[in-house]
Amino acid sequence: MKDKIMHGLKSIGIPRLTIITLLIVIYIAAYVLKLDVAQLFSDNLVRMGMNGVLVLAMVPGILAGTGLNFGLPLGVICGIIGGLISIELNLTGLFGFVVAIVASIPLSVITGYYYGKLLNRVKGSEMMVGTYVGFSVVSLMCIAWLVLPFKSDAIRWPIGEGLRTTIALTDYYDKVLNDFMKFRVAGIDVPTGLLLFFFFMCFIVFLFLKSKTGLAMIATGSNNKFAKASGINVDKSRMIATVISTILGAIGILVYAQSYGFFQLYTAPLMMGFAAVAAILLGGASAHNAKIFHVIFGVFIFQGLLLAALPVANVIFPQGNLSEIMRVVVQYGIILYALTKAGGGQ
Amino acid sequence: MNNIMLELKEISKLYGENQVLNKVSFSVEKGEILCLLGENGAGKSTLMNILFGMPVIHSTGGYAGEILLDGQVVNINTPEKAMELGIGMVHQEFMLIPGFTVAENIKLNREVTKGNPISQVFGKDYRTLDYKTMNRDAREALDKLEIGIDEYAKVEGLPVGYMQFIEIAREIDKKNIRLLVFDEPTAVLTESEADNLIKAMKHLAAQGIAIIFITHRLDEVTACSQHVVILRDGGLVAAKKTSDTNTVELAELMVGRKIEKLVQNEENRNVEKSETIISMKNFKVGMPGEMVKGIDLDIKRGEIIGIGGLAGQGKIGVANGLMGLFPASGEVTLNGEPLVLNAPMASLKKRLAFVSEDRKGVGLLLDEPIDLNIAITAMQVKDDFLKKVVFFNQIDEAKVKRHAEEMVKLFDIRCTGTEQKTRRLSGGNQQKVCLARAITLEPEVLLVSEPTRGIDIGAKKLVLDTLIELNRKKNMTIIMTSSELAELRSICDRIAIVSEGKLVGVLKPDDSDAKYGLYMSGKTDMPGEVL
Repeated sequence: MKDKIMHGLKSIGIPRLTIITLLIVIYIAAYVLKLDVAQLFSDNLVRMGMNGVLVLAMVPGILAGTGLNFGLPLGVICGIIGGLISIELNLTGLFGFVVAIVASIPLSVITGYYYGKLLNRVKGSEMMVGTYVGFSVVSLMCIAWLVLPFKSDAIRWPIGEGLRTTIALTDYYDKVLNDFMKFRVAGIDVPTGLLLFFFFMCFIVFLFLKSKTGLAMIATGSNNKFAKASGINVDKSRMIATVISTILGAIGILVYAQSYGFFQLYTAPLMMGFAAVAAILLGGASAHNAKIFHVIFGVFIFQGLLLAALPVANVIFPQGNLSEIMRVVVQYGIILYALTKAGGGQ
Repeated sequence: MNNIMLELKEISKLYGENQVLNKVSFSVEKGEILCLLGENGAGKSTLMNILFGMPVIHSTGGYAGEILLDGQVVNINTPEKAMELGIGMVHQEFMLIPGFTVAENIKLNREVTKGNPISQVFGKDYRTLDYKTMNRDAREALDKLEIGIDEYAKVEGLPVGYMQFIEIAREIDKKNIRLLVFDEPTAVLTESEADNLIKAMKHLAAQGIAIIFITHRLDEVTACSQHVVILRDGGLVAAKKTSDTNTVELAELMVGRKIEKLVQNEENRNVEKSETIISMKNFKVGMPGEMVKGIDLDIKRGEIIGIGGLAGQGKIGVANGLMGLFPASGEVTLNGEPLVLNAPMASLKKRLAFVSEDRKGVGLLLDEPIDLNIAITAMQVKDDFLKKVVFFNQIDEAKVKRHAEEMVKLFDIRCTGTEQKTRRLSGGNQQKVCLARAITLEPEVLLVSEPTRGIDIGAKKLVLDTLIELNRKKNMTIIMTSSELAELRSICDRIAIVSEGKLVGVLKPDDSDAKYGLYMSGKTDMPGEVL
């Protein structure tokens, strides 16, 4: 019996165990401090849904052996451009949202293709190169946002040149997914549409991983010599994974934005990749192996932690922004821990 | 007075339960060249590791027996101790720094230094190198070898043959050197370079240094040594005066072992007359460490052909080249049609299947379950194990599992279930999974490399029996590469021996041991046809 419990604990893993405990402790503290726990949990569900697809974008890269996709900002930027196109066309509601996705996909395919080409040339240091690709492209886009020929008043600054830093979606597709079939139970608001969309995307990726191409991708990531000997085109598999990851990044930011209510331009996409990386690692994935379960579980506890820790810490330490510091420490601490652990294997 | 410098007494060594050396005793006289002969895995390297006090020996429980140097029992427990005692080693791979000069390499870590003001203050790590003395010492060592390289030339850009001499010069520059071990120094040298090396060795021996010379080339043994010691399967087979023996006998002693024939003589088996299935012409493969440098070979339909030879000679490269895993060139036809080289998918589509010698590196997805490992290649190549689900194909998991279960039963794969990860399986069972995967492709030609390496006897027999059965029942042509000659001779119809990247010849399983030994060392002419 004791062995069984120990085995169970071991399979969950110490880092995850620690974080789960921390999350529970924070929720208990919230209850003790008379915070609105139901509201916190509702927000937790929303945060899970809005970040979920971005985390899901990590899966293809990990499985194909290109590691954690730190170049996620590439996909995010494609998504934002898609979203802006939809606003430019003055489309609203669910239709506007769908058009945004449709418009972002060709952009992400092209971007992902060239990014994949680059990753195939730097085998072994994809993650580091990816990080800097993300940084450079975000910086480059800071110039692009100033010169892109969007005309809509919602997108441009009212005075002067260039696009706004934040673009409100209130008149377009703000919360189209969140409010779809939304219901309230025991004081908890369940964002049905948002969660359904997230699970639907997970299911699509799950199906893809069970297809011939998907399995070839998994074989590539698991052992590229084996893959080569089985007649799999290793470079092509990695390329497909990168393209899919970029597309998911684009869709992910659109889901995020419709829930958040704004598009954030300029340097905002810079750190998008890191939160997604932290979430999936926390869910139990490594740089070599990931499952859909890791995505769902990871995004729930990671976002839950970030979300619940803030008000609780604010009550406990009313002075200053200690909670924010803690959030950052936890987030990067987790990434560091998980990456060093992943590097220790083969 | 006896002249014995080094004496080894009943040296034994176990790696786990594996006896790699069993009571080996021999001695080396002052100023003589002693040749140590043996196939790969005979125990030569282990013996030399013991002599050098390598950590790998002491971390695995040490050895049994005694080493006597000048009649005194010595306990060599670290490489430093070996050096102190005057034992030197010339490595097979060059341990030279390309950007340094010849003299700097020779004096590496033993630099001659002189004082300067900084070293007076900060200690002797900051002393200046005394290039004059260093160059002079290096020159001396090189002169001893009668080799005319400039001591101030940089090592990079020197011909390979010279590097070996620099290694030797480094050893003999150590003032107390008394015993030198040459570990297959001629393997990478051309014939004339090897001749030079042997001349240098003789020269050193004449100055009183004892030499242990490890080689596979039998003519070199007779050319330079006074004594020859032959190891086989960890045991001492013979210690002879070189003048009392000849290459044929040496070859026989090196290879000889009982061959258990797994196949009874079949009257009507006559594969040589059947049509050619694969024909290679000037086939070259750039596989690092196993270069194939132009082979012409015809393989007949329905035969089991063995490819044998010593490690590093290119036998492994042949199958890897045919499968497109390493850059290959030349003309290969399969069933009369040209085979597209350097494209694994093309080879697989032409119904070649491969069981790699590198089981863990190439043969398996270690973190995936057994059933997927068995099915995935067939799925990629032949779209097997797939079902259509609306708009895209999906893995047919039920079929994959069913097939894996059949294979588990057929091969007696010991596992907790078909969903077990292959990393958790033993070597033998992993090998069976590899074989199952290859067979799932229903190949016309099956290439197996080192199918029994590192697996237990039971699994070995099962693997070999399966190969025979596939060959006899399904008329599958099998190309089997193995370092174990006995194994090849037990099941093959013909055995091609590869040496230095070339085909030496094709032998019958019942040819004499001597002939095998000679072919393996790259020679085909039997002196005087003794047999």
